[in-house]
Amino acid sequence: MSEKTGLAPSKSPPIRLTRETVNAGFKKRVDALSGQHTDACYQCGNCSSGCPLAQEMDILPNRILRLAQLGQSDDIINSCSIWICASCFQCTVRCPKGIDIQAVMDALRQIAMDEGIDHFGPDQISPELAASVPQPGLVGVYRKLAT
Amino acid sequence: MKRIGVFVCHCGINIAETVDVKRVAEEAKEMEGVAYAQDYIYMCSEPGQTLVREKIVEEKLDAVIIAACSPTLHESTFRAAAEEAGLNPWQCEIANIREQCSWVHTDREKATNKAIHIVATIVQKTKLNESLEPIPVSITKKALVIGGGIAGIQAALDIADSGYKVILVEKESSIGGHMAQLSETFPTLDCSQCILTPKMVAAGKHPNIELMTYSEIEGIHGYVGNFKVLIRRKAAFVDWSICNGCGLCMEKCPAKVSSVFDRELAKHGAIYVPFPQAVPNKPVIEQDSCIYFKSGQCRLCEKVCEIGAIDFEQNDQFVEEEVGAIITATGFETLPVADLAEYGAGDVPDVIDGLAFERLLSASGPTVGEVKRPSDGMVPKEIVFVQCAGSRDPERYKPYCSKICCMYTTKHALLYKHRVHDGQPYIFYIDIRTGGKGYEEFYQNAEEEEGIIYLRGKVAKIFRDGDKTVVWGTDTLTGRNIEIAADLVVLATAVIPKDSTAELAQKLRIQTGPNGFLAEAHPKLRPVESINSGFFIAGAAQGPKDIPETVAQASGAACKVISLFSRDHLEQDPAIAWVDEDLCGGCRICISVCPYDAREYDEEQGIALVNEALCEGCGSCVAACACGATQQRNLSDSQIKSMVTASLGGE
Repeated sequence: MSEKTGLAPSKSPPIRLTRETVNAGFKKRVDALSGQHTDACYQCGNCSSGCPLAQEMDILPNRILRLAQLGQSDDIINSCSIWICASCFQCTVRCPKGIDIQAVMDALRQIAMDEGIDHFGPDQISPELAASVPQPGLVGVYRKLAT
Repeated sequence: MKRIGVFVCHCGINIAETVDVKRVAEEAKEMEGVAYAQDYIYMCSEPGQTLVREKIVEEKLDAVIIAACSPTLHESTFRAAAEEAGLNPWQCEIANIREQCSWVHTDREKATNKAIHIVATIVQKTKLNESLEPIPVSITKKALVIGGGIAGIQAALDIADSGYKVILVEKESSIGGHMAQLSETFPTLDCSQCILTPKMVAAGKHPNIELMTYSEIEGIHGYVGNFKVLIRRKAAFVDWSICNGCGLCMEKCPAKVSSVFDRELAKHGAIYVPFPQAVPNKPVIEQDSCIYFKSGQCRLCEKVCEIGAIDFEQNDQFVEEEVGAIITATGFETLPVADLAEYGAGDVPDVIDGLAFERLLSASGPTVGEVKRPSDGMVPKEIVFVQCAGSRDPERYKPYCSKICCMYTTKHALLYKHRVHDGQPYIFYIDIRTGGKGYEEFYQNAEEEEGIIYLRGKVAKIFRDGDKTVVWGTDTLTGRNIEIAADLVVLATAVIPKDSTAELAQKLRIQTGPNGFLAEAHPKLRPVESINSGFFIAGAAQGPKDIPETVAQASGAACKVISLFSRDHLEQDPAIAWVDEDLCGGCRICISVCPYDAREYDEEQGIALVNEALCEGCGSCVAACACGATQQRNLSDSQIKSMVTASLGGE
C-alpha cells in the first residue's frame, strides 16, 4: 500500500533485495517441497510459451519461478496462477534445464494452503455454478487441493 | 598490332542476368586489335582458365582481357593463368562488368551497352600496355612488436621461436600488461600470474628477443621489409645494467605514490617496480613524485644502493632500429568510473571498476586476496556488479559490446562467493553473452549452484547512504524495480582503446576504426593485418577480446610475419609512377601530394625521383605533375586519353 495519502495503492512497488530475502526460508522451502532447484531457471520462458492456460494466469509460469528466485513469496502465494495450473506437465517436459515446474507449482499450492491463503472449499461454489462445471473439472480441483 | 583476346564471364547469373554476355563477346570481336572473343559461364573455374590458356597459344594472343568481376578478386588469378601460357602478367587486364555494371543496373539493354563500353575502354588500355617485371625488394628479417601484454609477448615468442629476431617495446617498465593484474581467469579459473609469468620470463630470456621496456615509439619511416624505427628509451634514473633488483631503494623511499597497477588501492614509493614478478625486475624513479626531483633534497635511494645504480642525471636515450615487419599490440584500458555520472562519477568510494576488483581478489594484491571495500576495509556482505557500464550505449557512451564483461563479472561473483560464503552477489545485466568454449557452462553453473542473483536490467543510479551504497535498478523478468543497499559495487566499465593508440596509429600511419580501435584489413579474411603492408595487429588494441582470442590473434599475426620473413625478397607491383628525367623541372609538387612518402628530391640532379618500394601506384603525383614528367606505367597519358574516348563511345 502506498504510504502517501491520496494516491492509489502502488502497482509495481520496488523489490528491496537483501541476502536475507533472497536466501531466507521461501526459496529453500519451495526447493525442499518440490525436490527442484529454482536457481537453475535461466528465464528462457519456454514454460510460459507452452502453457495451455497461460492466458488465464495473472503471473506467467516463468515469472513465478523468477519471483521464487528472488524470494518474493507474497506475490506468488496470492497469485491465481498456481490454482489455474492444470498440472498438465507441458512445462515440465519442455524445460531445457530439467526443472519439474509442475512440481514447483504443487509446492507453491501446498505453501499457499499452509499459509491459509486463497483456500478453496467446495462450500465456496454455489450449487448453480457447480452444476455448470464439468465433473472432471471439479474432481481435478479437489484432487489438486488434496496433494 | 597486338592480337588481343577477350573472355566474357557470365559469373553464373551474376553478370548474365543483367548483361547480354554473348552480345558483349560478339561486339568485342569487331573491336580493333581484338583477335578472339568468347563467353563462358565461370571464367575463374579451372575449365574457364584452361580456355584462356589454350586460346592464348592457339590464337597466338599477345594480351588478354577478362571481362568479369572486380580486379581485387581475380586479377592475380588470371594474370597467373596468362603467365602459365607464356604471356607477361601485365598483358592481362580485367574489365569489371560485375561490380561496376551488372550489380548496379537493372536495364538489360543499357547494362549491355555499358559492358561493351567498359570492354572497349580496356581494349584501348591493353593495346599500349608494356610488359613489366616485378620490382624485387629486400627484407630485414627482424620484427618489431609494440606492446608487452599477453598479445605482444605471445607474438614475440612465436616469431623468436621460428628463428627471427624481435624487438619487444613496452611503455611501462615491465612487460605483462593487464593480464598481470588479473586474479584468476575464466572459465577454468587458472591463476593469471601462474600462466603469464612463465611466458614473461621466457620472453625476457629468449636469445632472439630484445626487450625494450619503459620505451616508446617516436617515429617510423620506410616500407614493408625495410622500416626504420626511432625508439625513445625513457630515463629510469636507475642504471639497469648494474641494478640487481634487490629492492632496498623501494623499501626506503619516503614518497607515497598511488599504484596504477593496483588501481590506486595501494601506494608505493617514487622508485618502484609495478609488481614483484616484473620482467625486467628493475625499478624506475617517477620524476613527478620523487622528493629529490621536486625539492632538491632526499636521494635516500642513492644512499642505500650499494652498487651505485641510481643515476639522477640519466636522460632519455634514442635508438634507431631496422625492422621488416611491425606488430601493434597496444591493448586496452577501461572507461574511467569518473565518466559515469549516474554511477557516482568516481565520488562514491565503494564504487570500483572490474580491474580494481581483480586487484582485491588477487593473492598478490593490496588486500592479499581478501575482499575488503576501499572506504573502511569492511568485508562486503551485499555486493552488486553492474554490467554494460558505458557499453552498448550509443547515445551516451560506447555503442559496442565490450565482450569480456559477462564472463569476468560472473567470475568475479563466483570468486567473491568462494571467499565470502555468507555474502550475496547480484549481477545487473542486459544480456548475458557467453560465446566461447566452456563459457556458457561456466555461467550456468554460477547461476545455478553458486547462489548468484542475476537481475536483468540496467542500473539507473548509484548513491551513498550512510555506509551503504544504494543501487537502483530494475529486473525486467519480474517487471519490478530493484533496490539494493550494497556494501560494494563493481562496475564492468567499457573496454576502450589505450589513449596512446590514436597517436601511435598516426605515427605508424595505420588505420583506426570509428571507436578508436585499430582497423583490420578485412573483418573476416584479413583480421590480423593492417591495410598497410608490413603492419600487423593483435589483441585488444583491435577491439575487446578475451585472453584465448588475444593469444590466437597474436600467434596469427606472428605467423604472418614469419611467412613474410620466409621469402628471399618481396615483389613490388611495377605498375607504379616513373619520371622522365629530361622533363622534370624539380618543382616538387609530387612530393607534397604523395601519401606514401614515395617521392624524394634528388639535390644533385635537381629532379624528383620515385622510391619504387614505397610507391603504391595511386597516381596522385601523375595527376599533379605540371610538366608531364611523371607517368604511371601502363596508365600513360595516351592510354588514359584513348580510354576516355572509348568509354564515351568514340573511336
